[in-house]
Amino acid sequence: MADTALPTHGPRGPKPKRALSRTNIIVYGTLIVVSLYYLLPLWVMVMTSLKGMPEIRLGNIFAPPVEITFEPWARAWSGACTGINCDGLSRGFGNSVQILLPSLALSVAIASVNGYALANWKFKGSEVFFTILILGAFIPYQVMLYPMVIILRELGLYGNLWGLVLVHTVFGMPILTLLFRNYFAGMPEELFKAARVDGAGFWGIYFRIMLPMSLPIFVVAMILQVTGIWNDFLFGVIFTKPEIYPMTVQLNNIVNSVQGVKEYNVNMAATLLTGLVPLVIYFVSGKLFVRGIAAGAVKG
Amino acid sequence: MTIVESDGIDLARAERKPRRPFRNISAKIASLPMVLTALVVFVGCTVWTVIYSFTDSKLLPRLSWEGLGQYERLWGTRRWLVSLENLAIYGICSMVLILLIGFTLAALLDRKIRFEGAFRTVFLYPFALSFIVTGLAWQWILNPDFGIQASIRAMGWESFVFDPLNSPDLVIFGILIAGIWQGSGLIMVIMLAGLRGIDEDIWKAARVDGIGTVKTYVKVIIPMMRPVFVTALVLIAAGIIKVYDLVVAQTAGGPGISSQMPALYVMDAMFKNQNLAQGFAASTMMLVSVLIVLIPWAYLEFAGKKRG
Amino acid sequence: MNMHAPSVRIRDLDLQFGDVKVLKSLSLDIRQGEFLVLLGSSGCGKSTLLNCIAGLLEVTDGQIFIQDQNVTWKEPSERGIGMVFQSYALYPQMTVEGNLSFGLKNARVPKAEIAARVARAAEILQIEPLLKRKPGALSGGQRQRVAIGRALVRDVDVFLFDEPLSNLDAKLRADLRVELKRLHQQLKNTMIYVTHDQVEAMTLADRIAIMRGGVIMQLGTPDEIYNRPQNRYVADFIGSPSMNFIDGRFDGETFVAGDLAIPMQGYRFSSESARAGQATIGIRPEHVVTGELVERAPVQTTVTVNLVEPTGPDTLVYADLAGGPLRIRMDGHAQVRAGDVLPIGFEPSRASLFDAETEERI
Repeated sequence: MADTALPTHGPRGPKPKRALSRTNIIVYGTLIVVSLYYLLPLWVMVMTSLKGMPEIRLGNIFAPPVEITFEPWARAWSGACTGINCDGLSRGFGNSVQILLPSLALSVAIASVNGYALANWKFKGSEVFFTILILGAFIPYQVMLYPMVIILRELGLYGNLWGLVLVHTVFGMPILTLLFRNYFAGMPEELFKAARVDGAGFWGIYFRIMLPMSLPIFVVAMILQVTGIWNDFLFGVIFTKPEIYPMTVQLNNIVNSVQGVKEYNVNMAATLLTGLVPLVIYFVSGKLFVRGIAAGAVKG
Repeated sequence: MTIVESDGIDLARAERKPRRPFRNISAKIASLPMVLTALVVFVGCTVWTVIYSFTDSKLLPRLSWEGLGQYERLWGTRRWLVSLENLAIYGICSMVLILLIGFTLAALLDRKIRFEGAFRTVFLYPFALSFIVTGLAWQWILNPDFGIQASIRAMGWESFVFDPLNSPDLVIFGILIAGIWQGSGLIMVIMLAGLRGIDEDIWKAARVDGIGTVKTYVKVIIPMMRPVFVTALVLIAAGIIKVYDLVVAQTAGGPGISSQMPALYVMDAMFKNQNLAQGFAASTMMLVSVLIVLIPWAYLEFAGKKRG
Repeated sequence: MNMHAPSVRIRDLDLQFGDVKVLKSLSLDIRQGEFLVLLGSSGCGKSTLLNCIAGLLEVTDGQIFIQDQNVTWKEPSERGIGMVFQSYALYPQMTVEGNLSFGLKNARVPKAEIAARVARAAEILQIEPLLKRKPGALSGGQRQRVAIGRALVRDVDVFLFDEPLSNLDAKLRADLRVELKRLHQQLKNTMIYVTHDQVEAMTLADRIAIMRGGVIMQLGTPDEIYNRPQNRYVADFIGSPSMNFIDGRFDGETFVAGDLAIPMQGYRFSSESARAGQATIGIRPEHVVTGELVERAPVQTTVTVNLVEPTGPDTLVYADLAGGPLRIRMDGHAQVRAGDVLPIGFEPSRASLFDAETEERI
């Protein structure tokens, strides 16, 4: 062959890479600047909540505390005033937990069975109801609030914890049902057929075949619901009484109460406390959280 | 060709299939909560509200017809008109900005960069927080006496003014900053999922053809992601119309009525001012605006499926 | 039970999804102990028919009998069938043993009996060492065996197979095919087997039903299907490379296409009165002879080779005959090149003659 004609010098081996190429500077530069915008509020909240009021009045909102104090956190938890009482957010936290647990259990249980029935046991009209359910997710809550109040009053559940549980179950149903339906529909159909040949019925297949295979989607649904229910404000205001107000409502009452001197550090501590539960869930669950909102959103 | 052999038994045709309502009875019972929710809440409550919006209900709902009276009053109320204007400004700005930010961030994260997970975590964490928390945090940052304005003045720029929450003209942009902060991460995630769903070979083909990165995004990738954009738009739009908590926490509709929103108007009419039918009429208008967004989308989706 | 009665009988079965008729008034009898293959391309309704027999799809009209019982409205588990799926459909969270015994537990079979049946099935299929494992830890072939075992333990008369081998690689598929045939010889159950693979169909079946558009185009033994296809569709579908078709005219004794005249002496006509008219003759590529054999063939002519495709054991030669393409299957050693003029011959008695209009065999 004529490879004697080829020059032996010139480029050879891997092309040298520059770590600080122009593209890289633009990409990372933009990302870092934007990150600052996203991180700023968290930084400011944490810093403010660790300062005393005198330091807040004099100092810079972005500066770290000169003297760290946890007193605002303690006051936010057990001493801040909501305009009705002065026992802080602890009461709201308890209420939110009491609202959250049954709502979570009920909504996930019902939606998973719904999704399973829709995916595997279609009956005449099931798709119609499902369509209504999905369209219902787009109806502004304000349209349905007052009639819901009447329904709950008739059921004797208005202003009661179980009324709010029911409301969360009802309004969480579209997205959760969609989530479960898509998941179950994505499971191999032959598995379902095999179970039917093996003589398992509706509940048998649900509990013995589907449930053990769908742990991930249950986790996703729970993350979605915990965040959603914990962060709810509207239903909490409308469907409960002050004694059982959830944490978000109490937080708003504390921070936006017009009485007394504004204690910004306590306010920020209270805000952080309220955001803590969903934040912890977010940081712990990471990918599953992302998967949940992406699945719920993209297919919605 | 014999497919059927002689019948040893009587195979006379059985009577026509009767209806069998008890088939799959478990599935039907199990679907009852869904059926009730769909019919009673989503259909029933909505229809109820629309019907009662044509009455003069005040403290209690009653069926004494008033025709379009509530609607006439609604459109003659300055507070409602301000609410709509705010909704329009907030809506258009947040749609454009959230889409832009969401897509740009997703495209940057899709460049096979280091620390992708960390950046994604940072952009998305606000979405885990409630609107109340978001509103209060930004209320504090935008506080003229202690927040950004005060800090920059303290650094020597005495005349610096940045006080959107107390300026009737700018307050809606103050809310916008917070709303984008909370919601853009979600759109970024959806866009990223869309970008990841695009065939790697498209990028290879663009590279072989010598098309630049930005041009590839604009000419090739974005058109391919049309369904993702539509979904993102619908999600943002559905969220915008519901905006309530954020305004309550951040400004409570003020100063004056300059940051009012339709949802606040409805809530005040129904639960504060004992003017139920006015609230019903306003919420019916909210429903109509949702339909205006939803119907073209449903049409697009449907048409797209037929073609696809 | 009447041992001479068919095992499965299907009468006037209709199935509609919306406006689409998937099965059209389909009737079929399957004999005791028969291995029947439902063969067709995708969308022909073969899997749908199998699902109807299993009770996994509700029929629009018609009846299904299994062992003299009308099972049209019965639940799948009450029909006395076992089924093996394409994707194996093993329950991933259960062990092999759990998979095998799940159906029996649902049927409340006593524990001792379950253990005995599982042990027997495991022995037949040689999967005893795998009983405690989960499906995820098994190879494709092992999973397929467990799936068959799940049908086996049910101790039923009729086995349904829905393309059970198509997820396996070629070598394993061939091995399992032989094993399935052996299993059928050993158990002597009625087996209904859906596939799109004609080699599987030809090797396994006692009879093959070729389906198209929700109807059975031909039901017959592999030999009948291959040598005497009832219509042009079946003739075209079976055989690879597929049959050559030449359009022409049949005058009652001779088939004429252009300057090619084929006397049809020795051809077995379907009916006594062979109708004259426009017709198509079908000749399988492997029935076209070359070399010394040409001299003994009743019909002889020459063609010009335009493409040669060696596949190893065979060489496929493309040429033109009477204005249409002709494929010839030759021995792998054949030395042929494009442009060669090749003498060929064939036997009209091995050909198939179809009415051009009805496409039915003449």
